[in-house]
Amino acid sequence: MAFAAFGSTAGPVEQAPRRRSWVALVLLLPGLAYLALFFLTPLVSLVLTSFQEPVEFGDVGQFQQAFKIENYATVIEAYWPHFLRAFGYAIVATIAALLIGYPLAYFIGVKCRSKPLLQAMLLTLVIAPFFISFLLRTLAWKQLMADDTPLVQALKSLSVLPADGHLTGTAFSVIFGLTYNFLPFMTLPIYTTLERLDTRYLEAGADLYASPATTFWKVTLPLSLPGIVSGTLLTFIPASGDYINASSSFLGSAQTQMVGNAIEANFLGLLNYPEAAALSVILMGLILVIVGIYVRRTGTEDLL
Amino acid sequence: MRFSLGKWLLPLYSALALIFLLTPIVYTFVFSFNDSVKSNIVWVGFTLDNWTNVCDAQGVCAAFGTSILVGVVATLIATVLGTLLAIALARYRFRGRSVISLLLFLPMATPEVVLGAGLAAQFLTAGVPKGLGTIIIAHALFCLSFVVVTVKARVASLDPALEEAGRDLYGSAFQVFTRITLPLLMPGIIAAALLSFALSFDDFIITRFNNGGVETFPVFVYTAAARGMPPEANVIASAVFILALVIVVVAQTTSAARRKRLARAQ
Repeated sequence: MAFAAFGSTAGPVEQAPRRRSWVALVLLLPGLAYLALFFLTPLVSLVLTSFQEPVEFGDVGQFQQAFKIENYATVIEAYWPHFLRAFGYAIVATIAALLIGYPLAYFIGVKCRSKPLLQAMLLTLVIAPFFISFLLRTLAWKQLMADDTPLVQALKSLSVLPADGHLTGTAFSVIFGLTYNFLPFMTLPIYTTLERLDTRYLEAGADLYASPATTFWKVTLPLSLPGIVSGTLLTFIPASGDYINASSSFLGSAQTQMVGNAIEANFLGLLNYPEAAALSVILMGLILVIVGIYVRRTGTEDLL
Repeated sequence: MRFSLGKWLLPLYSALALIFLLTPIVYTFVFSFNDSVKSNIVWVGFTLDNWTNVCDAQGVCAAFGTSILVGVVATLIATVLGTLLAIALARYRFRGRSVISLLLFLPMATPEVVLGAGLAAQFLTAGVPKGLGTIIIAHALFCLSFVVVTVKARVASLDPALEEAGRDLYGSAFQVFTRITLPLLMPGIIAAALLSFALSFDDFIITRFNNGGVETFPVFVYTAAARGMPPEANVIASAVFILALVIVVVAQTTSAARRKRLARAQ
């Protein structure tokens, strides 16, 4: 599993295979039934809903089953910029999180190895954001980036930002928020692979007259690839479906709405369930395609 | 010395990254002491009132209670189902194993907004009224996969010889499971339950699609974000943060102490 690197998995010990498969069946049945009922059925239900049409002379929010495939054309026409923004923002945020998270993970996992106490402390700081409401953390950034804060004033006096410019409600603040929110998800899997990295390989690289940069590109980076793949997936997938950062009450504005915002607005606000469902199906499909290609390209299928 | 550059640049860069991660936490904590009534945006003055009278802000304690209730029940369901799945997957070879692994991976690869909308569409089609029950169902679902991943790692690292010894001593299958397997798996199960509770407690997106009118703590914060955040919300978040931090630090120091003891015993 790509996410296996998330927990510190010691190499799987091969267990003696047992034949009492009815025991396995009893163990599996409750969990599988739960997944069938509350994961697979909802996905089917989503696909069915996406083909529904309004009931004639019905109220808002009343739909009947049909095969109205035009729903898909309608939402693509209406919301293609939302899809572009969602994937664009998510890709930039994933790259930013990798650039921030990798050196941090390297420092904690490799450089701090001789000091276990410091290592444990720094690791706790990386997961600390999990312990406090992510909505409040995002609001904190909104307030730190508000128009009258010292930060914005300083940017304006340095002419980085025009005098009438804002930080919040821009693509920058949304990507900033996404990067911030998913940074621990990027850092932890990379840390897990780097923490197990055998530093003798690095010494071997140096002994063979490779520069530190060459050793990094040829040895460290390939060995930490599983962590990078896990981390980028754990960042990219939730980021592309997120709608908190891009919503107007948080870091976004009407100009930064992502697909998640469109799904939320259609489902919960406008009660336009078929269009919300069609948007969800397209989003899910695109993510599966992107993740599939990515995993194949990086040659890490066996992680799944 | 491998990276002469890394000597000071890497620690500095890491420190900056950590400051980036921690700034909003410090901000939330500081503003829990703000002497403001409704919108907690501008610093007014220092007060302890928010901490001593947390429940004064309307709805904040009720929402907190609901979140605890949802978290506990959803964690129980996810931990029991997930542990059984993890044992089956790590211990038995059977047909369709890879399909089941994929099925468990998919919920983690599905964006929350799709999971939430899917469940909501299903409840709508089935005519199930949304409320506390539907929130719990949804939370247990997204926690399940994380429990399986966490516990499976623990089952895989278990030494089968210990269970064989139990059987050699004429322990029944049930006795071997309850006296040997389960206690050995406990650290993994507890870790999974804590992770599951943390995921449930902080979930907003899936909850939003399935809560009916029920307010969990994140739903409260979301609604308050539009009409003005009471500082009491910061108090609750900060208190939970401190509690979680204490749990992690205690767990780390006890496991470090145990390792030291084991090292001495050898």
